[in-house]
Amino acid sequence: MTATDSNEAVLQYAVRLGDDALVLGHRLSEWCSNGPFLEEDLALTNVALDYIGRARMFYSYAAELSGDGRSEDSFAYLRDCREFTNLLLHELPRGDFAFTMARQYLVDEYALAFMQALLESEDERLAGIAAKAVKESKYHLRRSRDWMLRLGDGTAESHCRLQTAVDDLWGYTPELFELDALETSLVAAGVAVDSAALRPDWEAAVRATLEEATIELPQADWSVRGGRQGIHTESLGHMLSDLQFMQRAYPGLEW
Amino acid sequence: MSEHMKLYEVFIRSRRGLDHKHVGSLHAEDPAQALEYARDVYTRRSEGVSIWVVNSSDIVASQEGDCESFYDPLDDKPYRHATHYQLPDEVNNM
Repeated sequence: MTATDSNEAVLQYAVRLGDDALVLGHRLSEWCSNGPFLEEDLALTNVALDYIGRARMFYSYAAELSGDGRSEDSFAYLRDCREFTNLLLHELPRGDFAFTMARQYLVDEYALAFMQALLESEDERLAGIAAKAVKESKYHLRRSRDWMLRLGDGTAESHCRLQTAVDDLWGYTPELFELDALETSLVAAGVAVDSAALRPDWEAAVRATLEEATIELPQADWSVRGGRQGIHTESLGHMLSDLQFMQRAYPGLEW
Repeated sequence: MSEHMKLYEVFIRSRRGLDHKHVGSLHAEDPAQALEYARDVYTRRSEGVSIWVVNSSDIVASQEGDCESFYDPLDDKPYRHATHYQLPDEVNNM
């Protein structure tokens, strides 16, 4: 790889991680004022803010690498659906509370291991972002795992909703562990995380939690992918129309 | 949901060397959850180094009607206050 190629590759990688964080952060922020009770409402929006902060750090770094005047806002507000490269799991509508917490748990187990691995990146900026993210994700995981046990082992209604959520989410999880050419080359360069290598530990942890929560491990008989290539579910476009409305309607607006 | 949940009082120590201070209350299912919510509700701007949560029902409170017998007899005992000492400037929290 030449220096320019490698610069562009790291930029794209940072945007991917920024997209993951922004899209999930926005989904979580949709709970603001809609939480099941006040305390949980605040806790969920705290997590949302952690993710949006994470998105800003990745986007700012990508903007610096671009060197063409783009800013973090260019990435968040001025790209269309097909240019977003987040994992599909992150963009699914928030669903009911069980769905939100089940998705969060599956993501948190992944995110913590991912960020711990990113700490070792040759790229100091990415490693720096990971250092902050690791602390946040430890707390996120503590919360979401706790909710898995509460809901799974709670009432018949909460158990049923959580089981349905885990079943509906399961086919989106294989994508977390797939590497395309870009990531494979960045792994070889010591920059990116080899997410495929995270799978055995992730599966073991999730299996243990589901068992403790009395939730059945879903059949792995379907799976969907495409987010990293910009092929999304129908819900991302709707979400972006909400997230980007102000900048689209009033370009350059500041407040 | 919240009407079934227990009420907890939250105490936060803002930095080492100071006491825990009562900052408010919240609802939670159990002490572990109360501690997590206390973190989210009361330490969002990094206010603390330590949190206590206590079941509100475990707090025994003095009553308004006890005021006279509890506190009035102390009014004429100024010698019980440490007010006549000259404190060095370095002692901030006395």
